[in-house]
Amino acid sequence: MARLAGRRALFAVPVLLVVTFGVFAIAAASPFDPVKAYAGTAGLTASQENLDQLRANLGVDKPLAARWWDWLTSALTGDLGDSSVLRQPVADVIGERVGWSVLLAATAFLVAILLGTTLGVLAARRPGGWLDRAVTSLAYTLEAAPPFWLGLLAVWLFALKLGVLPSGGLTDTASSTVTAGQVASHLVLPAGVLAVSQLPWFVLYVRQGVGDALGDDPVRGARARGLAERTVLLGHALRSGMLPVLTLIGSRVPELITGALLVETVFSWPGIAAATVQAATAVDFSLLAALTALATAAVLLGNLVADLLYGLADPRVGFDG
Amino acid sequence: MADTKDLVWRAKGGVRRSTRAWRVRTSAVLVAAVVLAVLVVPPLVNLDEQAVDLGMKLHPPSLSHPFGTDDVGRDLLLRCVYGLRVSLLVGVVAAVVATVIGTAVGALAAASGGWVDRIVMRLVDVFSSVPHLLLGIFIVAMFRPGVWPVVVSVALTHWLSTARIVRAEVLSLRSRPYVDAAISGGASRLRVAVRHLLPGVLPQAGLAAVLMVPHAIWHESALSFLGLGLPTHQASLGTLVQSARGSLLAGDWWPTLFPGVFIIVPTLAIAGLAGAWRERINPRRRSELML
Repeated sequence: MARLAGRRALFAVPVLLVVTFGVFAIAAASPFDPVKAYAGTAGLTASQENLDQLRANLGVDKPLAARWWDWLTSALTGDLGDSSVLRQPVADVIGERVGWSVLLAATAFLVAILLGTTLGVLAARRPGGWLDRAVTSLAYTLEAAPPFWLGLLAVWLFALKLGVLPSGGLTDTASSTVTAGQVASHLVLPAGVLAVSQLPWFVLYVRQGVGDALGDDPVRGARARGLAERTVLLGHALRSGMLPVLTLIGSRVPELITGALLVETVFSWPGIAAATVQAATAVDFSLLAALTALATAAVLLGNLVADLLYGLADPRVGFDG
Repeated sequence: MADTKDLVWRAKGGVRRSTRAWRVRTSAVLVAAVVLAVLVVPPLVNLDEQAVDLGMKLHPPSLSHPFGTDDVGRDLLLRCVYGLRVSLLVGVVAAVVATVIGTAVGALAAASGGWVDRIVMRLVDVFSSVPHLLLGIFIVAMFRPGVWPVVVSVALTHWLSTARIVRAEVLSLRSRPYVDAAISGGASRLRVAVRHLLPGVLPQAGLAAVLMVPHAIWHESALSFLGLGLPTHQASLGTLVQSARGSLLAGDWWPTLFPGVFIIVPTLAIAGLAGAWRERINPRRRSELML
């Protein structure tokens, strides 16, 4: 297990190197000019001499590979540059916000797994039955629905019409301190919408897995031994049916990040994904570069978790393969 | 318990097949309706979708305006049809570009083999590690504004899976006896590629392209919603949802609801048709998971 984790970590190094270099290469190929972005409106009136001076100060006159290397070496010491849109060091931005994003994503993921497993098992019990058809149709519709649209409709229903939940942010506008109760009530809508956007996938895979398992010999054997339907379903079919789902849980990190980008923006959640969108709107390169690298690292970590879970859940799988 | 068993057996036979046929037929009708609406309505219906009528602002759905009107009195049905037109156009172009890139890369990797194959596929793995929407946002942010950055950003983030599919297909075709026969019969490389490999790869690539269109629309609308996509005078469905935010917070739901429905319905219809197509060219991999 340690060997697998070590090998994955070694593979992560070249991946991150290539991705960050790609980010710098795209920026170099684009019409984006960091000097003009840095100078802002002052850049319009500044003399060419001043602009050149600024260019040298920012190190933009160096070739692409040198700029990338400078960024990389200072990133390793913890200096990721300054965010121009949030007026903070990038490392501070990440430090302040990453916790809120993890809270949101973890809550949503947990809800999606629990709800998805329940619905998937219910649907798999009678393939073609009304419950199955209802759940499957709902899953396909939700899969096609953009999360930002679901989020806006949820705001309309729960915050405006019913008035039971706050429409966004982390705390009430009047409050100056962050309390657990406030955060919990502000978490319900964004986490719910993010969970719903991840739900279809779980439902469909659990349904497929459990449905297949219900036709397999162990389940038939369990039925023949006269075990209760409940035991057969939850003890035998669900256990073997969940195996393929379990292995794919870790690989859902990209979708989770995609969902978070949209949901955090809709609900003004002070997380890292909302900061990414702000950075993109303001073409804040240093923040974007760091966050892209961070997201890639999260995806790689998810892949590792997927492999480890697979090995833990299925004793037939060795860790040295 | 006996009736449960009966139900299961029946469901696996006739009922499910008829549901499937019904689904395919409905999907075909919907796709046809979408294409017709997008192609025919703008030239035939001589209405200005940008026509502002401040006396008519934010009217709820009615007989004269089935989807209601937006905050400056524009008819939302017309706005949605034009938005769908823009979204579909961007989606189709991006899907075609992505498929061409993916097919070329996949075929190149499979045909070269050896270190070229290994390096190319490793690069595909690397770029799969960056979340698509994030990479898309990054590309758009750097090249904004305009339509082309959006198309390029969606295309550049979607070719990876096609490259994998095409590579696997070429590798599997290349090991078939008829290809060996053609080579030992003296066929040139070009002839083998064009006559024996291409016809086998095209259906898979075509299916991947069709399935990619809804994905591309989804991505484009997400970018537009974030304010990074198409400019407002070329409103796509995502732009419509974005510009309806103010009205929604004032309590008017229809400018938000209908553009979303216009994203969901074509997505489901295209997925339904593509699912049937996949079963036809790939009967062994009969799966209910089509998205």
